[in-house]
Parts: sequence; structure tokens; C-alpha cells
Amino acid sequence: MSKLKVSVWRSAGSGAQEYFDVPRKENQTILDVVTYIQRNLDPTLSYRYACRVGMCGSCAMSVNGKARWTCRTHVDKVCDSDALDLRPLENFPVVKDLVCDMQTFFDKQKKAGGAFLGAHTREDSVALIKPDSSGRMAVDEAIECIGCGVCYASCDVVKWKPDYLGPAALNRTWTLVKDERDTRRLDRLRAVSGDAGCHSCHSQMSCTQRCPKLLSPTHSISGLKREVSRAALKGEL
Amino acid sequence: MSPRHSAFLWLAQRVSALVLAFCVLVHLITMIIVVQGGLTAAEILARTQGSIPWLLFYSLFVIAVAIHAPIGLRHIAREHLKLGSGVEVIVSLFGLLLLILGSRAIWGVFS
Repeated sequence: MSKLKVSVWRSAGSGAQEYFDVPRKENQTILDVVTYIQRNLDPTLSYRYACRVGMCGSCAMSVNGKARWTCRTHVDKVCDSDALDLRPLENFPVVKDLVCDMQTFFDKQKKAGGAFLGAHTREDSVALIKPDSSGRMAVDEAIECIGCGVCYASCDVVKWKPDYLGPAALNRTWTLVKDERDTRRLDRLRAVSGDAGCHSCHSQMSCTQRCPKLLSPTHSISGLKREVSRAALKGEL
Repeated sequence: MSPRHSAFLWLAQRVSALVLAFCVLVHLITMIIVVQGGLTAAEILARTQGSIPWLLFYSLFVIAVAIHAPIGLRHIAREHLKLGSGVEVIVSLFGLLLLILGSRAIWGVFS
């Protein structure tokens, strides 16, 4: 049986790569590799996962230099040789080993106006939204984000400008701006404008290229730019 | 920066980019055509001196550059040089410099 030579980032701050030999198997995911190391070679290795089926968004890390969800990434798909390089996600502070601190990432979703606020109370009937309405179709294209942080880790603008809200937060806001039930459209457009907002995106599309859910935050951000421009021209901002 | 200011800067850069795409195309095509028979200062001046259409065209070109370039530089300065509030003054002065130098060049070949 062949073996994988796995290089894993250890510790936070000034850590280093540590090497492990892991048996290579068929249909093996990156998460399987990390779990093998933790259970058989070094129980002190820290990493994060929950659902193992691509729903929770907690297992993302940098695999051979690219941010990926590890539970749904097969070793065969990303590894031409037997070498595997695993590091914590870029653009996030490291807690320990492969575990990142996601606090800023989720704080930015709040800052970008990511919390829904409708006009209906629990006494009202459920809002009826036509599935083929343009707003609903725009929301459909962007709504399946699992908050894994892959887009944020792949974004050069976040790297250059740490206060930039990032693709996930802006994508979330776009889904609310296009939501017919939303009552805070202008507040959201104000929140995503400015130097930390949608106008800082260079449309390099790394987020879209890497999103494991095949969403296009770039498309959502372009939509926000258009909406903000229209609002500015109408004097609403 | 206010949301409104940010939105108008973005719009200004996009609109000026559209104008520049047109102007660069006209400029390049003109150059390719006129150098066919060799290029001399006299030939250029014969085309541009006293020509209102060329004066208007190159004025539009220079104004678009003076708007577009400083906004782009502002992004670069903020992202890579980590310049803060002083950057607006620096890039505005740079835009003004482009406008003055461009206008001087246009007037040089028109008058």
C-alpha cells in the first residue's frame, strides 16, 4: 500500500510544518487523512469538523496551497504525487494547528447587515414569493452559503485590506437586498458601501473559483455595486 | 468615506473607463494609419493645428485619464502602501498634474 507524505502545520503563530506518513486508500478524503493522524499518530493535533458531509462548513483548510472543504475533497482529486501539504486557512488568525479563529469572519457578516428583518409578525400569514420572480431567482443563486470561509481565505483583497468585509458577508447581504420581505434595504446598501465594502472588490473571482458550493460571490458583489450606484444616483444613500 | 462618496467614485471610474476604451481605440487606429507613410512632426501638426474635432477628442481623453488614474491609484495606495486619510490629497494632486500636463500637450499641438 502506498503512503502519503503529509506535511501539517503545527501550533499557532511561529509554528512549523510537521511530517507524517499516512496509508493511502481508495476514496480517501483530506478529512480522513487528518483524522488518521489525530487518532493514530499524534492525538494532540487540533482540527475542526462536525457533519463530514459538506453541510456545516467547519472543516475547511488550505490543501496544497488552496482553500478547500476537506470532508468532500478526495485525495486523488488534489494530489498528483504522494505529497500533501495541510495548513490553516489563510487570512484567519490561527488558534492552534489547523484550527482558525472565525470570529472576525462572522462579525463582518453582522457588520454588512447580514441579519434578516421583515415586517411580518408571527401572527401574520407566511409571505408568498413567486419562485420565478427575479428577486427570488437572484436569492436562489446565492443562498446556499455554509460559512466555511473558503472564499474569505482565497480573497486577495482581504489579504491586502484586512477590514474589507469579504465575499461571504457581501454575498449574504445581497441575498437580503433581493429579498422581497426585507425592510432594511437602504441600511444594508449603506453598510456595504465605503472602503471596506463592495467597491473594494477587484472581481478577480478567486472566491467564485474556490467556493465548494459553486456559488458566485463575485456576481453577488457586482449586483451590490449596481444597487448601491442606483441608490446613490437617486439620492437615497 | 461616506457610502455616497464611495459609490460616486466607483461610478466615475467605470464611466471614465468606458470613455478611455473608446479614446484609446481611436488613438491607436489613428496612429497605425498615419505612420504608414512615415511620421514627422510637421505631419502631426498639419492634422491637429486649428482642428476643433481633435482638440475636443484629446480634451475628452485627458479629462478621462485625470479622473480614472487617481481613483485607481487611490485603491493601490490604500491596499499596498497602507496609506490612510492623506491619500485623497495626494491622488487629487496627481489628477490635477495629469490634467495640467495633458492640457499643455493638447494646446501645444493645437495652437
